[in-house]
Amino acid sequence: MLWLTCPNCGRRPVDEFAFGGEFPTVPDRITDPGERDVDYVWMFDNIAGPSTERWFHHAGCRRWQTVRRDTTTDEVLQQETDTVF
Amino acid sequence: MNEFVETLLGLEWHEPKKAYDVVIIGGGGHGLATAYYLATRHGITNVAVLESNYIGSGNSGRNTTIIRANYGIPEAIRFYQRSLELYGTLEDETGCWIMHATKGLLWLAHTETSMRAERARCMLNTACGAETVMVTPAEAKTICPELDLSGGGRYPVLGASHHTGAATARHDRVVWAYAQGAMRQGVDVLQNTRVTGLLRDGDRVTGVRTATGDISAGVVLSAVGGNVTTIANYAEVRLPVRTHPLQAFVTNGYAQGFGPIISDTELFCYVSQTARGQMLIGAEFDQQPSYSKQSSFNFLQSCSSKVSHLLPFLKKLRILRQWTGICDVSADFSPIMGHTGVDGLLITTGWGTWGFKAIPAGGSLMAELIATGKTPELLQPFSLDRFARDHALADQGSTGTR
Repeated sequence: MLWLTCPNCGRRPVDEFAFGGEFPTVPDRITDPGERDVDYVWMFDNIAGPSTERWFHHAGCRRWQTVRRDTTTDEVLQQETDTVF
Repeated sequence: MNEFVETLLGLEWHEPKKAYDVVIIGGGGHGLATAYYLATRHGITNVAVLESNYIGSGNSGRNTTIIRANYGIPEAIRFYQRSLELYGTLEDETGCWIMHATKGLLWLAHTETSMRAERARCMLNTACGAETVMVTPAEAKTICPELDLSGGGRYPVLGASHHTGAATARHDRVVWAYAQGAMRQGVDVLQNTRVTGLLRDGDRVTGVRTATGDISAGVVLSAVGGNVTTIANYAEVRLPVRTHPLQAFVTNGYAQGFGPIISDTELFCYVSQTARGQMLIGAEFDQQPSYSKQSSFNFLQSCSSKVSHLLPFLKKLRILRQWTGICDVSADFSPIMGHTGVDGLLITTGWGTWGFKAIPAGGSLMAELIATGKTPELLQPFSLDRFARDHALADQGSTGTR
């Protein structure tokens, strides 16, 4: 089971957080601007391994956080609250 | 002789060849069904199905075995209705007993909003051939006497849509039936053969790379569940797919004959009884994408709480087993089938939590596409390029997920 360590609230179960998505990336090999837009809107990297994501602690401090998580093990590698809003 | 061994006696294993007309990656329901229909309907028997583990070890062995066609958009309803009908005749066709049982499905509604949605869905489903009728709480109670219409005081039942054609079948047996049928026609099924890359000739995919050697192919079909992005990356194909864990559990035995399948609009959970009498309970997939097949106590707790409000007798049962599968959820919650934009590589993916019910239709239509080179009409809306054409098939409400 996935637990996240919130910098403000400590170690909390995943149910307290809302997944806010990954940082979308568009591969450089796609050069056509229209195709890049389609890729940005629809396609996912769906990374197996360390992935950088946004999470919202809705049942706690209600802050957005950036989490680096290994998707193959659900191990959280790094988690920090945004300093700029 | 035990039943399991007896079933496997019908399977014929072969040594791999160097080249095939069609190579299918993924020995689950969709891969084996495609091979079966290629061999039996189109006479294409020079086919290999490559499975990284044993056949049916992925999501075909982890689903909740519900077969239904009550979806929210006409394209999907017609497709799943075809599948539901093919499931009904599968036992006669293959001669294998897949424990198919038509049970009907009650989709409960607890608010006026969801009553309106269910009424609309009933009309749409019936118009597209999947018979669905609205029932009152009293009628729902007749269909399923165990139901608590007050929902434990928290979730009063205002009504339900009754999809009469819904059924269940034994998931392993479906896989074995297709495997056996395909093998008898000369299809090679290769277990423990993990695909580690795709062979490319210019822009074209010409085969697959495995740990035991390269296999060349006229056409490669990816019927992988859970790791489709890995396969797509080999050919630099971008997919609107995320991999999420989906959990389910069974309780110990309850008196046989628990009638229908119960599903819920607001609580996102579903209950049915297996042939052994165990109550099989599932819910929506986990919110975060993940490849770890870890089950969680949170899920057991929240799901048990919800279903035992509706079916109070479940409180007296114990949970026997819990498991997790990883499913490829597409961005618009509809499957993706057909060409990838790369010559020689076809794909059937995005099966999220709705893949098992689609096995016969998905398999037969993909086989038709491979054999004739033309996309069958039922398949056309589900092509990968629908996202670029701005024709996404948004149907999240019908999948039993939030």
